[in-house]
Amino acid sequence: MTDMSINIVIGGAAGQGLATIGRLLSKGITRAGYHMLVTQKYMSRVRGGHNTFAIRVGTKPISGPCEPVNILAALNEETLKKHSGALAPGGLVVAGDDLDSAGLNALRIPFKALASKPLFYNIVVLGVLGGAICLDLAILESLLKETFAKKGEEVLQGNLEVLRKSFNWVADQKYDITCMAAPENRHGRMMLSGNEAVALGALAAGCNFVSFYPMSPATSVALSLIAKGASLGLQYEQVEDEIAAVNMALGASYAGARAMVTTSGGGFALMEEGVSLAGVSETPLVCVVVQRPGPATGMATRTEQSDLNLVVYAGHGEFPRAVFAPSDPEDCFYLTHRAFDLAETFQTPMFVLSDQYLADSYRDVEVFDLDSLPETARPLLDADDGYMRYALTEDGISPRLVPGFSKALVRADSHEHDEKGKITEDGQNRVVQNSKRLRKESGLFEEVIGPDYYGEEGADVVLLCWGTTLGSCLEAMELAETTKSLAVLHFKQVYPLREEQFLEHLEGADRVISVEGNATAQFAQLIARETGFLVQDRILRYDGRPMTAEYVLKGLEDII
Amino acid sequence: MISIEEYGDFETSWCPGCGNFSILKSLKEALSELDIQPYELLVSSGIGQAAKLPHYMHCNMFNGLHGRSLPVAQGMKMANPKMKVLCVSGDGCSYGEGGNHFMAAIRRNLDITLLVHNNQIYGLTKGQASPTTARGHVTKAQPGGSKSEGFNPVSTAVAMKAGFVARAFSGEPEHLVTMIKEAMGHKGFSLVDILQPCVSFNKLNTFAWYKERSYFLEDHDPMNWEAAMVRSDEFGERIPLGVLYRNDRPVFETGNRLADHEYAKNDLKAVLQSYT
Repeated sequence: MTDMSINIVIGGAAGQGLATIGRLLSKGITRAGYHMLVTQKYMSRVRGGHNTFAIRVGTKPISGPCEPVNILAALNEETLKKHSGALAPGGLVVAGDDLDSAGLNALRIPFKALASKPLFYNIVVLGVLGGAICLDLAILESLLKETFAKKGEEVLQGNLEVLRKSFNWVADQKYDITCMAAPENRHGRMMLSGNEAVALGALAAGCNFVSFYPMSPATSVALSLIAKGASLGLQYEQVEDEIAAVNMALGASYAGARAMVTTSGGGFALMEEGVSLAGVSETPLVCVVVQRPGPATGMATRTEQSDLNLVVYAGHGEFPRAVFAPSDPEDCFYLTHRAFDLAETFQTPMFVLSDQYLADSYRDVEVFDLDSLPETARPLLDADDGYMRYALTEDGISPRLVPGFSKALVRADSHEHDEKGKITEDGQNRVVQNSKRLRKESGLFEEVIGPDYYGEEGADVVLLCWGTTLGSCLEAMELAETTKSLAVLHFKQVYPLREEQFLEHLEGADRVISVEGNATAQFAQLIARETGFLVQDRILRYDGRPMTAEYVLKGLEDII
Repeated sequence: MISIEEYGDFETSWCPGCGNFSILKSLKEALSELDIQPYELLVSSGIGQAAKLPHYMHCNMFNGLHGRSLPVAQGMKMANPKMKVLCVSGDGCSYGEGGNHFMAAIRRNLDITLLVHNNQIYGLTKGQASPTTARGHVTKAQPGGSKSEGFNPVSTAVAMKAGFVARAFSGEPEHLVTMIKEAMGHKGFSLVDILQPCVSFNKLNTFAWYKERSYFLEDHDPMNWEAAMVRSDEFGERIPLGVLYRNDRPVFETGNRLADHEYAKNDLKAVLQSYT
């Protein structure tokens, strides 16, 4: 156990309820005022297989997941076999007394004595884990009350009784782990996954339309929108395929909705023609792409950062865009909000590029301050009869009118068109309209969020990263035992890039190491294409698992 | 009633004698008789000569991608249910590339009307087989004759119990006007499959070919699904024109106009609180 945090891993088969235990426990941890970070690993199957729900908890902010396990809750034998090797020195195993935990520092749970029926075994594990880290019992009780209130008093009391019994049972056991240190008093924080935060950011920007085809790991963005957006007037549809999703969203956007589509790499590949349509028709659209390993079906429930090229270059023809890569749920919220604002302002598609690790990763987050958000741009509802959808302007942005609110007609076209939206093959017009659209790039350029630089100025080694690998790089920077000074340069907007915002950091370092969740260092290549700067070294992870500080440190040892 | 002139008169890129001219004229007449103003109408179209139609009249339009006019039209209707939404395209666009969307739109049953210019050939790409091309029809791309069975859109739509299914013929413009009006008046998804000759690339299904075979449905009860199935399967020596089938299935529910929508900040604050 490190003094910074405790890593609790709950493992078992799908259908055994480990996610329920994990969510309740992590919510309890959040309410108690700790910092925490959840990493979920699961398989592409409904029941069975081997899944884990890992909660890293501490009194200081948690930057990323870690590999050593301090408490391993094993719901089955397989979990014991697969993960006991990852136990940190002094690590505790929590498992049923029917499992063989010989030779391990184990709390053997007498499930039959603590609960009258297997239905309650989840609650037993929750109680035991809560007791083992000395969480306040009252917090867990209130969580159960909220969870089971709908199911009637009898069910609730049954669960509460099992919880108390299991929680108190721990106190009588001899085991080698100390309580968590008392947290700071930080009440009222949200527990949010990356995907939930994307949905909330969209709602905060006034998103009122989503069309989607279910695809892991993006689905929960749409599900969160539907669950929470209905009271805010959201229209939604689960459509026949991703092609329908993007085209339906464009139809809705044209008619005045603030529209979003959510998908993963394979689904996004199908959407590309529609993305190009958004570009030429200048219809605002926000695409949320939650990455998983490819090519094709790849590994459906694992993580990777390998769709950067797909998104940066998505769509045929040339049109402006921006791509955001959040590192945590707060980024998910604010960057999605910003994507909506920019999509409307520049009337071109915007992209939020997340991944499975972040999608399913819960964190404790300060409640977002809605009052501090900038107003998002709006289309016009009124214009005179001379209105032209594609009027030529200096900044390339033509006035966007919603049809049907005035007598002016709005004519949008996928074909090259003149200012009125009329189809034409005229060469001169083509140049004029294409240039008009591309002029929006200079406005977008002004809006680029530059990268964040962590560490001392002029460090010997710069870890170059984007999106979700930030936390692991920061932790590795702290833990690295080297005489060289280390810094981290992190991009949360990966396109377009403004070299004056970062090039000196790269050129000033002895060594720049690109840390990415893919096999070909796609971002390092993008930097090279955009700036001519060649990144010398790489630490790449593409086994479907999230980047960890341990992984970065191991890579650093080989390189420096 | 608004005059047909208000829908304008434009130069087209259609071949002389093309069935599209009659369809455009009939559509304008139907809209005029229904007293729908150009600004009250949203037209979605795909790609192909038929899909250029909204370029040739005054209306709001979204001229999108090949085969994707239905998803766009449905998005429009969901975003602004006050508008009349029309989807116009050809047989390749609507039944080939857009076949999946066609079936999904029937199931979804939003209040939109689909007009398909069905000339049984790909015209814009110069004469390849389309989904409705008959088996054995020889083209440059199918020199041994099309090996696939022709798709029957109306019998598929009837089999799926679409809300409104009609067939019309560009050579019978008065009847076509009536069919468009009835389709647009129907609350729910409406299909008007419009037979039309392609004078340049379809030498088999000509104006005369359709004229000889088509007849107006009489003594047919469009609410009778079994009878509609029998009639909709008829395509060959005799081709029935008229409303083949209709029902009053529940329509996909839509909300308010989304451009009017503004969330209450307190409602969103409550949503955030639900995560604490």
